[in-house]
Amino acid sequence: MIHWNSFSDFIAMGGYGLYVWGSFGVTALIMAIEPIVVSRNRKTTIARLKRQLRAETRNTAE
Amino acid sequence: MKDRFNLYRFASPATFYPLAGALIPYFVAVSVVFGLAGLWLGMLVAPTDFQQGEGYRIIFIHVPASWMSMFIYLVMAGWAAIGLAFNTRLSGMMAQALAPTGALMAFLSLLTGALWGKPMWGAWWVWDARLTSELILLFLYIGYMALTAAIDDARRADKAGGLLLLVGVVNIPIIYFSVKWWNTLHQGSSVNLAKSSMATTMLWGMLLMAMCFWMYSIAVALMRARTIMLERECHTDWARAELLGNTEGAGK
Repeated sequence: MIHWNSFSDFIAMGGYGLYVWGSFGVTALIMAIEPIVVSRNRKTTIARLKRQLRAETRNTAE
Repeated sequence: MKDRFNLYRFASPATFYPLAGALIPYFVAVSVVFGLAGLWLGMLVAPTDFQQGEGYRIIFIHVPASWMSMFIYLVMAGWAAIGLAFNTRLSGMMAQALAPTGALMAFLSLLTGALWGKPMWGAWWVWDARLTSELILLFLYIGYMALTAAIDDARRADKAGGLLLLVGVVNIPIIYFSVKWWNTLHQGSSVNLAKSSMATTMLWGMLLMAMCFWMYSIAVALMRARTIMLERECHTDWARAELLGNTEGAGK
């Protein structure tokens, strides 16, 4: 079922290792970083909007 | 008929926001499952290509990324058309939420294409119709993001960005049919409804990876859309209630 004979064969990718793993590596990196950036941006945006909201309610109360 | 399920209800940010929040974990989970299955089939089970050796395995991310880069653009253009025709609030937010992911997919398509082209053609880049039109797609994404970011008023930014998206949509069939219309160095399509040129395990590995990319894109775009909704609707009651009850931004 498994196509490869050994782990080193799998890593070598028939001599195309650099290109294949380079492609998969960059893709994995981007797909890991993008959600982190998005959720950090969400947290800072929510914190900013909350500050704004608090400031507004304070002003109307006075 | 009064209780009929009404799809239009979800066009309102107030109802879409919690729905999107509830759906995101499912899209992430499904994406991971499809990704693991696709990697297992593509990287461990699928046989060697008789022409390209093991180098062809780049296809398992190159094709899904390229498909997504085109599909996301079409979805954005669809939202733009709805937004311009019916003046709906949600459309512009969805288009903006999708743009960075679409740009990243176009970038990944070009990068993995270069890494595939070098060993197979001997060149990282050639000014071939397929490659050039995909590069234009990346520029369209960047142009859309720059244009909407440059206009302060959100609704006007949506309109201007929407027009750009609709004009640029002509590029999508050009990318798709470029390998048929012109004599390109880029190989023809691997998947054909009548007859596929690929082994079954290769084809399934690629389709599973495409589903993984698809679900990933939906999850990230929904995350982004929720933040945009909150920001743009922060004057409304639902957004205020959401902000007051929200603990995600705590500690900042």
